[in-house]
Amino acid sequence: MKGKVWKFGDAISTDHIIPGRYFYLRSNLPELSKHILEYERPGFSEMVSPGDFIVAGQNFGLGSSREHAAIVIKMNGIQAVLAKSLARIFYRNCFNNGLPAIICDTEKLSEGDEIALFVNEGKIINYTRNESFFFTALPPVMKRILSDGGLVEHVKKYKDLKLNL
Amino acid sequence: MGMTLAEKILSEHAGKEVRVGEIAVVKVDLAYAQDGTGPLAVRKIEEMGFDKVHNPQRTIFFLDHAAPSPRTELSNDHSFLRDFAQKTGIRVSDVGLGISHQVVAESYVRPGDVVIGADSHTCTGGALGAFATGVGSTDAAVAITLGKIWLRVPETIRVVVEGRLPVGIFGKDIILHLIGKIGAAGATYKALEFMGDTTEKLEMSGRMTIANMAVEAGAKVGLFPSDEITREWLDRMGRSQDFRKISPDPDAVYENTVRINAKELKPTIACPHQVDNIKTIDEVGDIKVDQVYLGTSCNGRLEDFQIAAKILKGKKVHPKTRMIITPGSRLVYLEALKDGTLETLIESGGVALPPGCGACVGLHEGVLGDGEVCLATQPRNFQGRMGSPKSFIYLGSPAVAAATAIEGKITDPRKYL
Repeated sequence: MKGKVWKFGDAISTDHIIPGRYFYLRSNLPELSKHILEYERPGFSEMVSPGDFIVAGQNFGLGSSREHAAIVIKMNGIQAVLAKSLARIFYRNCFNNGLPAIICDTEKLSEGDEIALFVNEGKIINYTRNESFFFTALPPVMKRILSDGGLVEHVKKYKDLKLNL
Repeated sequence: MGMTLAEKILSEHAGKEVRVGEIAVVKVDLAYAQDGTGPLAVRKIEEMGFDKVHNPQRTIFFLDHAAPSPRTELSNDHSFLRDFAQKTGIRVSDVGLGISHQVVAESYVRPGDVVIGADSHTCTGGALGAFATGVGSTDAAVAITLGKIWLRVPETIRVVVEGRLPVGIFGKDIILHLIGKIGAAGATYKALEFMGDTTEKLEMSGRMTIANMAVEAGAKVGLFPSDEITREWLDRMGRSQDFRKISPDPDAVYENTVRINAKELKPTIACPHQVDNIKTIDEVGDIKVDQVYLGTSCNGRLEDFQIAAKILKGKKVHPKTRMIITPGSRLVYLEALKDGTLETLIESGGVALPPGCGACVGLHEGVLGDGEVCLATQPRNFQGRMGSPKSFIYLGSPAVAAATAIEGKITDPRKYL
């Protein structure tokens, strides 16, 4: 599915994605999700369309373990997060919620580009620039969790961690 | 080939030898969540269809972020956690008992344990030689219900700190200096292992400050070998039986080694809005401060308040500055009350708040307004972290905090020591 690129810089923390001042909304996800990245990009929640991409620089998602950061991204219809590098806890949280988080050369993508992501092929097609490029394949464990639809679905299915290690 | 601390602990918990890069499913000795991540973890447990947890005696919900609750929504989250704990036998560390990472270090974490917490600063437990790491609510939900988690065995960066710490230099300065050196992503997905004669002599309080901020360099864990200082800590906590010696093999293989000469360290400050925007105190310049924040999971221990009290004894907090104090736990609060530390800090003009995470996460009890500047001992200074995105957070040691409180601007504590 094609989607539009929304570009962000380096070191976007989970505090930027969903600030602690909205702590009280964590059990009200529809309301919480309206505040996604609101200081970095006021009105972001109204601007994004289903299937769009968040594309960022280095160390996206650093800081707090709040899984709500990955969840509000997904709830806003974002198809995947693409970044030059991703912080550890956020990375796991994305896959656990069935949201692909891809490390790739985001210099090749500009704001507003129409792109498509092919997770299994490790490929991104940029229709705006009429080019495509590859990224390092996902680790098998991440592919497994993603193909099961997230870690909750995985555990529901197997009542255990069955990662075929 | 020898093993790092991370390889050793994860191998023991995987029931087989595992090496760097391998994915291991490991047993979890202690699992916890807090009031900001716990409700989501409970919903994930329910979604997975579990009504029992693996080991309720070693599972804890901490009501520490909104403690006591400032809002109806958060009071309802607390009730939700208490109700689920009641049904399943999970322990609740209720309002007033303190910050999860401090309480588990006092009462639960053992050298060699695997500890999984739904809070990024769970890595604090590395100070006791435990593989303690932060995760999100789903991973915590799995750890709580299945008693296990999958982890990639991390590469380890060895941090060797050598030399006598100068007067006025503390664990906080060591870790801020390290983060300045390797960057906020310098250890992403990796383990940090601390050794050298400086950290070997460092008391548990300083080790916990260092381990706490391992995540600020992106690390999965910040590990210290256990030793006599660990034993003394456990003795003091009435847990002598929990001691065990664990250290890396002499021929363990490290990804690389970072050396720090403690003798050359100066009071170190992280400037807005990134933890790796590091300056020494003489490079910071003239920064007026509206709020000094002393406490949190990073520096909320008795030793932290004692050093602040030593500096503030007989002096007053600057009239244009407020000083907020949050002890890490009820135990710390009581110790600081009994030995007069808290009295000194309050006499000087400080405001003592309940043990908990307080203003560090911008939730309550010291939230910053537009344009305000705070010097905090907490581990993090992202834009908007403590409230207004138009405020500014500087991070420093409790000694810097106390000297700054006196002068109303960021101040070198060495002249007061």
